[in-house]
Amino acid sequence: MIRSLPSSALYRIGYRVYVFLFFTFLLMPLIAISVLAFNDSNFISLPWNGFTLDWFFSSTDERQGLFSDEELIASIFTSISTGFFVAVMSTLVGTLAALLFEEEQFRLKGLLYFLALAPLVIPGVILGISILLTATAAGNHIENTFGLDIELFRPSYWLVILGQFSFGATYVMLLVSARLKKFDRTLEEAALSLKATRLEAIWHVTIPFLRPAIIGAFVVAFILSFSNINTTIFLIGSDPTLPIDLYSRIRFSSTPVLNAVSFLIVLTISGLAIINFFANRSNK
Amino acid sequence: MMNNKNNFNITFYLLIVPVLIWLIFMIVIPHAELLISSFLVEDDIGDMVFSFGNYIEFFTQKIYWLTFVKTAAYSIGVTVLAFIISFPIAFYLTKVTTKKNAAFLMLLLLIPLWVGELVTVYGWMVLLGDHGVINHFLIWTGIINEPINMLYTNFSMVVGLLYMSMLFMVIPVMSTLQSMDDSLIEAACDLGASKWDIFTKIIIPYSMPGITSGAIIVFMLVIGDYLAPNLLGGKNSLWFTEQIYNDFLQTFNWNEGAAFGFLLLMLSSGIIWLALKLSGQKLDKVGS
Repeated sequence: MIRSLPSSALYRIGYRVYVFLFFTFLLMPLIAISVLAFNDSNFISLPWNGFTLDWFFSSTDERQGLFSDEELIASIFTSISTGFFVAVMSTLVGTLAALLFEEEQFRLKGLLYFLALAPLVIPGVILGISILLTATAAGNHIENTFGLDIELFRPSYWLVILGQFSFGATYVMLLVSARLKKFDRTLEEAALSLKATRLEAIWHVTIPFLRPAIIGAFVVAFILSFSNINTTIFLIGSDPTLPIDLYSRIRFSSTPVLNAVSFLIVLTISGLAIINFFANRSNK
Repeated sequence: MMNNKNNFNITFYLLIVPVLIWLIFMIVIPHAELLISSFLVEDDIGDMVFSFGNYIEFFTQKIYWLTFVKTAAYSIGVTVLAFIISFPIAFYLTKVTTKKNAAFLMLLLLIPLWVGELVTVYGWMVLLGDHGVINHFLIWTGIINEPINMLYTNFSMVVGLLYMSMLFMVIPVMSTLQSMDDSLIEAACDLGASKWDIFTKIIIPYSMPGITSGAIIVFMLVIGDYLAPNLLGGKNSLWFTEQIYNDFLQTFNWNEGAAFGFLLLMLSSGIIWLALKLSGQKLDKVGS
């Protein structure tokens, strides 16, 4: 049953078969899209007609590959720059929040902590619509009072960043807090007794200790932003992010170029996961 | 000494001000605005007036509250299924296989999670379609002659919902099982307990905190999901989030959409609150 206990052959084999089926279920969609990205066919389905790289490099009218599709390339860049700004803002505020809730005592702390955790249990749709409603109301108010039209208050690039930041900071806070809980507070106290100011102690002692968690949280915030659709779809302006672009293509005009993009995403993520795997192993 | 105290204050304000800006402007005000908007309707001359109209609309139109009830019931069902499917995997990874194998399998487990929901939902469309990979394979092997209709049904929707949410059950259950002492299981075995008894009387009660965290996250993700019901579900698998999307992005009835959003928020937080009360857990444990 567990490593140290014997169990019947039937039980062991049955269990292994189940685990095998589970992982097949898990990887099947990723393998299917990746393989079909190289199928020499205009439809996203079998039979296998031979290997081609058309859906990456071709630029004919019939087959427009990923790298000649300017719209697609533009949406990839939009997603990367959005992800970067979201990750910077979330990492900054999320880390401050972790320090605040782990190290300070103040009134209403419980309430504020509850609010900071709320994005975990608020569906992304709700965050999207409430931020859209608020921005629109604020935008209308400013336009009526001052006659100014501010882009931030309309569905736009920057509103998407704000919307994704609203939940990104929560995840960063949780990841950084988890490491901060292992921090030996006497180190900070030692710095203080050696006449460092509180700020210097945090900057020179606490932050270096937190660095691996902060870097990890930055990557997590970037990936959350890069794949988000539930919140983003309400806040999007004239330049779509990659998931929004792919979503409308899936609904209205599927070609295997979708598989090519998906394959690149799978490849990048697998690469990151493998790097992370070996980095963790060499740390231990 | 005085100087030192000032320093403490400066640090405190440096920490709290950005956090307050985040929470007030991105969380508190938007949700207050959501609640206020949900009580506004346009009157005959185009002014917005206070009214319960949006909520009355919800309770009098059968399609709305029926979708609401169906979404809640399916979400609970998917959460239970996610538990049944994931628990043996979490147990296998923490207690059965070697540490080295477990690390590799964890890597495989995390890839679909980070790849993102859109790509995986698209993968299921490619697999389940009438001319999809699975039907092609079944016909090629001669098991069936005609393609089975799997895509755009409740079946494909549930597959998609399970796929994107079950990993969030595996991870918290694994973290509670990791802290479980193997000798508890060994002792029960020595005393002659059956496998079923060991599972239901020792292992599952022990991992209850992890199961609750997992169930809350899975439920929240499923009830708030849009892609799987929209892309994999059929005409009959209308999801409550789709009503909200329609109000905001197609009919532009934002106030009704706000009311629906608020109802969804009440439903999800109500069920999560109940789950926390029943299991005696706190919200901050769910996050970690």
